[in-house]
Amino acid sequence: MAIDLEIPKKFQPLVEQAHTVAVEVLRPISRKYDLAEHEYPKELDMLAALIDGMGEGGAGSGAGAAGASQAKSPGDDGGNRNGSNMASILSITEMCWGDVGLLLTLPRQGLGNSAIAAVADDDQKKRFAGKWAAMAITEPEAGSDSAAIRTTAVLDGDEYVLNGEKIYVTSGERAELVVVWASLDREVGRAAIKSFVVERSNPGLKLDRLEHKLGIRASDTAAFILDDCRVPKEDLLGSPEIDTKKGFAGVMRTFDNTRPLVAAMALGVGRACLEYTRDALAEAGIEVDYDRPSNVQSAAAAELIELESDFEAARLLTMEAAWMADNSKPNSLHASYAKAKAGRTSVDIALRCIALCGAAGLGEDELLEKWARDAKILDIFEGTQQIQLLIIARQLLGLTSAELK
Amino acid sequence: MTLAQQGTQVALRGLNRLAQLDLIDKTGLRGLTERLVYHSTRGGFRAANAAGRSFAAVQKLGKPARQPRAKRSGGFDVTPDEEQLMMQEAVGDFAQERLRTAAQDADAACAAPPELLAQSAELGIATLGVPEELGGAFSERSAVTSALITEALAGGDMGIAFAALAPAGVSTAIGLWGDAEQQSAYLPAFTGEDVPAAALAVHEPGALFDPFELSTKARRDGDDIVIDGLKALVPRAADAELFVVAADLEGTGPVLLIVEAKSEGLLTKAEPIVGVRAAATGELKLEGVRVPGSALLAEGSPDVYAECIRLSRIAWCAMAVGTAQGALDFLIPYVNERKAFGEPISHRQAVAFNMSNIAIEVEGMRLTTYRAASLADQGKDFTRESAIARRLCADKGFRIGSDAVQLLGGHGYVKEYPVERWYRDLRAAGVIEGGLLV
Repeated sequence: MAIDLEIPKKFQPLVEQAHTVAVEVLRPISRKYDLAEHEYPKELDMLAALIDGMGEGGAGSGAGAAGASQAKSPGDDGGNRNGSNMASILSITEMCWGDVGLLLTLPRQGLGNSAIAAVADDDQKKRFAGKWAAMAITEPEAGSDSAAIRTTAVLDGDEYVLNGEKIYVTSGERAELVVVWASLDREVGRAAIKSFVVERSNPGLKLDRLEHKLGIRASDTAAFILDDCRVPKEDLLGSPEIDTKKGFAGVMRTFDNTRPLVAAMALGVGRACLEYTRDALAEAGIEVDYDRPSNVQSAAAAELIELESDFEAARLLTMEAAWMADNSKPNSLHASYAKAKAGRTSVDIALRCIALCGAAGLGEDELLEKWARDAKILDIFEGTQQIQLLIIARQLLGLTSAELK
Repeated sequence: MTLAQQGTQVALRGLNRLAQLDLIDKTGLRGLTERLVYHSTRGGFRAANAAGRSFAAVQKLGKPARQPRAKRSGGFDVTPDEEQLMMQEAVGDFAQERLRTAAQDADAACAAPPELLAQSAELGIATLGVPEELGGAFSERSAVTSALITEALAGGDMGIAFAALAPAGVSTAIGLWGDAEQQSAYLPAFTGEDVPAAALAVHEPGALFDPFELSTKARRDGDDIVIDGLKALVPRAADAELFVVAADLEGTGPVLLIVEAKSEGLLTKAEPIVGVRAAATGELKLEGVRVPGSALLAEGSPDVYAECIRLSRIAWCAMAVGTAQGALDFLIPYVNERKAFGEPISHRQAVAFNMSNIAIEVEGMRLTTYRAASLADQGKDFTRESAIARRLCADKGFRIGSDAVQLLGGHGYVKEYPVERWYRDLRAAGVIEGGLLV
């Protein structure tokens, strides 16, 4: 054991593979699907098959959310472990360097897959294996405040009947399954919130609209109406019991694993911006000299060093959070460090890189303006910047949600 | 017994002695006399420590001794090894119990209590970079270990930490880059009971200082080298018996030169600064200081000089991390206990979010620092990593110092609390070049 914060050697092939995909598959169609919002990127079907193969071949799981899970035990040798969480953030970073919108709509790599991996029992895992699962949490009146959701689930014989409205469902129209959060008893509050796996083909799950968005336009965002949507009772994930002590914790645990993944997406976008800008500045005759103090270099070089320093902090915080998950260390605090830092840093980097690059930064001939639009969602979904700061502060200060609202 | 175990054993011997000292006395206060002496000498330059010892080799080495590099582990890992954890804990306890309580008086006196410096030396801090053959306590060369110890010490007080670590800046430079003759002459003094004050003098006065464009000039004169110039922010300048001075050698670029304090033409002047005051920083004036050609470190290698600057920046990062973490640890109970409008101020998002941001940035500072140090240990290029770590620690460090005072409000501004000192120290940590090495 010793401190070593490099990318593990054994994941180098995975990183290279993911980078090749980003260069050869994602970047070339990046602008195309930004312009053609709501059109299905059919190029991704082949890619998804390739990634499934990579997963089965043990080359390191998870180009997407499905790879994240809390390690059950420490490393086989009882020592340090670099596992699937690390592999996931590394490959996601590379893919999002290519295109974050396309990654978000990669078949079978949805957030719903991550939820199923985290909470499903063995039978459910078997039944839902190989299917693309989206995640439906947010409602018009319940965003960050996910405990306030109004969608209800009522047991009727062998089925639950779901009623309510869901918005911001990533790939909701394209996925085969939608994991829906609903309350068994709205009087009880958060402990009664359960997740249900709903087949997309279920007639009670009605598509209301697809959103038109600022960025990640390759990734469709659906709004659904659940209208007497009947779901077999064995498709409830986790326990049907309403346990006021730990009921909500189970569903929230999913997020400890997925926050670093979103941080990794932000790293991909951030690095794309930095690399583009470094090249553009070099063309303009500005080279960064890392040995010389920032203050004796041009303002542009000094700014690039500053952006790189924040990026490096975000990158290492993300790797640390994933490493903790791989080593069964509770990482809720560090997952939020990573998400908060990476989310805001990628936005900051993108917007300031545009200023450094000028016309090329604004123009649609280049991808920088698109990355700036894409980046913003990464500081919002899977817990906004403000929610991350709340999670961190409550843990740091030992405060309840009633004390620190 | 493995080399690592031997190293641990020697380190533990120091710790044990320290534990005994703990029982004997509380931190001594610096007397008024010392303060008077300090301020009376502020006016002008005086001869550097002329009473400084003569350094001579007791035993000559055939070839320079080098610590083996710490070996690389398997994969990404944020956990220090066992020896490091033990040192980190011991130094951390020492820093929290002794340095923290002595900090305010040391800051006011612009001097670190000698007994704390002696105890730090007993911990083996000055021998971090000294090979075992020459009496060093650490079997392996590890910038990470040095960074961890620096961080732990600065968690108590950055000013006293700077004073305590200053000799290690010189011994590590000679341990890493000295030839057999230089090592034989100078390193034994750092492993004994009476560790000399010593300083790595890089910084110079004036705005936009660049360690790669030095005003201090060295020129060859026969077999000798003659140095002229002015160095700034030199720790323990008045007491130091030995310096490693950065100077431009005949326009070929910066080099490192070993200069004994009793050299003719070497003058010091107290230079009280806003932060890290316990380190008694001063200016060092070199007026035609003549040293033998053998005083040149690493034959004037530009790569070695650049490495020195980079390692020094990592050390300052570790200082900022330690102090910023200390500030966070102090703030947590404070904002939970301090009440306004009928409830703890931590119940307000404006306060709580500020705390979250401090926590995020401290951890980011720590990781970037560790990565740069770890790359150095792995023998890989760490130019970029040390630069961006320094930038991050400078930017976030001074922001954390400012936020910490802000969170305490008026209480943060008065000396009843340590927070105003951290405000000053964290600013200094982002500016100073040299003085420390990991």
